[in-house]
Amino acid sequence: MLLYLIKRVTLGVVIVMLAVTLLFCMIHLVPGDPARILLGPRATPELIASMSARMGLDLPMPVQVLRFFANLLRGDLGMDIITNRPVTEIVFGQLPYTLWLIFTAIVFAALIGIPLGCYSALHRNTLADRITGVVSVACITAPAFVVALCSLLLFAVTLQWFPAVGAGTRGDVADQAVHLVLPAFAIGLSWIGYLARLVRASMLEVMGENHIRTARAYGLPERVVVYRYALKLAVLPTVTVIGVGMGFLLSAALFTEIVFARPGIGKLIYDSIVTRNYPVVMGSVLISTVLFVISTTVSDLVNAWLDPRIRTSL
Amino acid sequence: MIDVLRRVFGDPLGRIGLILVTLVTVGALFAAFIAPYDPIALNIRDRLQDPSAAHFLGTDQLGRDLFSRVLYGGQVALKVALITIGVALFIGVALGMVAGFGPRWLDNAIMLFFDTIRSFPTVMFALATVALVGPSLETVIAVIVVTTIPNYGRVARTQTLSIKSNEYIKAERAMGASTARMLSVHVLPNVMGPLMILASMDIPTVIALEAGLSFLGMGVKPPTPSWGSILNDGYTLIRNTPWPIVAGSIPLLMVTLGFTFLGESLRDLIDPKLRRTV
Repeated sequence: MLLYLIKRVTLGVVIVMLAVTLLFCMIHLVPGDPARILLGPRATPELIASMSARMGLDLPMPVQVLRFFANLLRGDLGMDIITNRPVTEIVFGQLPYTLWLIFTAIVFAALIGIPLGCYSALHRNTLADRITGVVSVACITAPAFVVALCSLLLFAVTLQWFPAVGAGTRGDVADQAVHLVLPAFAIGLSWIGYLARLVRASMLEVMGENHIRTARAYGLPERVVVYRYALKLAVLPTVTVIGVGMGFLLSAALFTEIVFARPGIGKLIYDSIVTRNYPVVMGSVLISTVLFVISTTVSDLVNAWLDPRIRTSL
Repeated sequence: MIDVLRRVFGDPLGRIGLILVTLVTVGALFAAFIAPYDPIALNIRDRLQDPSAAHFLGTDQLGRDLFSRVLYGGQVALKVALITIGVALFIGVALGMVAGFGPRWLDNAIMLFFDTIRSFPTVMFALATVALVGPSLETVIAVIVVTTIPNYGRVARTQTLSIKSNEYIKAERAMGASTARMLSVHVLPNVMGPLMILASMDIPTVIALEAGLSFLGMGVKPPTPSWGSILNDGYTLIRNTPWPIVAGSIPLLMVTLGFTFLGESLRDLIDPKLRRTV
């Protein structure tokens, strides 16, 4: 297990480094000087040269990559060229909003999806099961930004049940919670369907296993068998699925944050791309990549811990 | 082929999927004949109209007929879906088979490449690329191709690895067959089955991604109609009229739902082993 852990974490670090290098290459290989693009068509050559020097663009590429990594190890992601604040400060200021949003969405999806899947599995092949199945698939396919737009239109603009923009007043928990409802719904909807199907499938598998039969043979009430023994095991795969699904969650969060004009890392990436603020683009994409790699690594480790066969495959 | 269609039609879910997909496809292919108006013709006098007999889905802020724009938008969606999935499938299968069949170091290198690409959330990768290269449909297609290759590559590799150890491959090798022959005659047909199902289920994801990027203004350039850009118009006009959002959402939901139902139904038909799992 320790060997697997070391291998998997090393792989994670290598992937992040490759991803950063790739991003760097992309910025530098495409036609057009970032400094020139940033300053616009009326910039003088002197201005472009000084901006390039400030951004470190005049150094050779490998030196730039190495310098970026060296700074990274010191926890320095560079300076925002527009506001002149450290990029780390900006990114970590926005990150909690996104993490809260994703967390709320997942909790919301789990609260509805897991019971739904459980019910489906226990009433297999009934009409209710089939309807749940179709509704689950329908939920999975609905793109998050379409759900976000439609719920914004229906619940915020037309019915005015929930606020349309922002994340609520700082320090006012109730206000912030109200602002979370629609965005979390937009991200969570597809996960309701996903979790419902996943729990249904793994529940059916678990219910057929020996220890469940033994529990029944002991005369335990069905409720105890289902909730204490079966569901506990059936929920395990969802944990790893959420880890792997982090990329989808981050992408969905990006759209949702833009639609609801919420602060967050997705909105930050979008805004910095629109304003061509490359240091912030690099920093925020890097942090979300790290987040993604960490969550897939953790879910792989959990999987390996649960299933010894996986450990030998790397 | 007709037999498959008949059997899909026999399944209620497959029937709904087939009908939805056919409606959208026919609407897009024959947009020139069905659309009552030119999708980019301005008509300021009739702007922001509610649905009526003259404009089924109303008009946008420039008086363009939304129903016509939705039909033509379907062309963009289907074009992107077909090109990206076709190209990604081709490259992914080639790389995956090479990884599965080739030496260990090559396998590791290709897998590391796949893992690196997958480590970016797709939309962020797309946004970063578009920011650098500039928004265009070609950029969107290229980005989706690159990010989809690992999906097919990984499956192709796993399939290849399991086929590689079969007796008949060893026999073929003993008889002196070239690697190219073994890959194309024996491995490829076995790899394609599961990949076709995977590809059909990826269509809605790709269409939603294109619409999402166009919604962010990173895809097709105005005035070309795309479902995403219709939604973007709707977003900016949300306090004035609900209709552009309705018009943009309907075809998107129809097409994602339709292809998913169709894919599920096809999968149950072709591969009963996978039936009723996630």
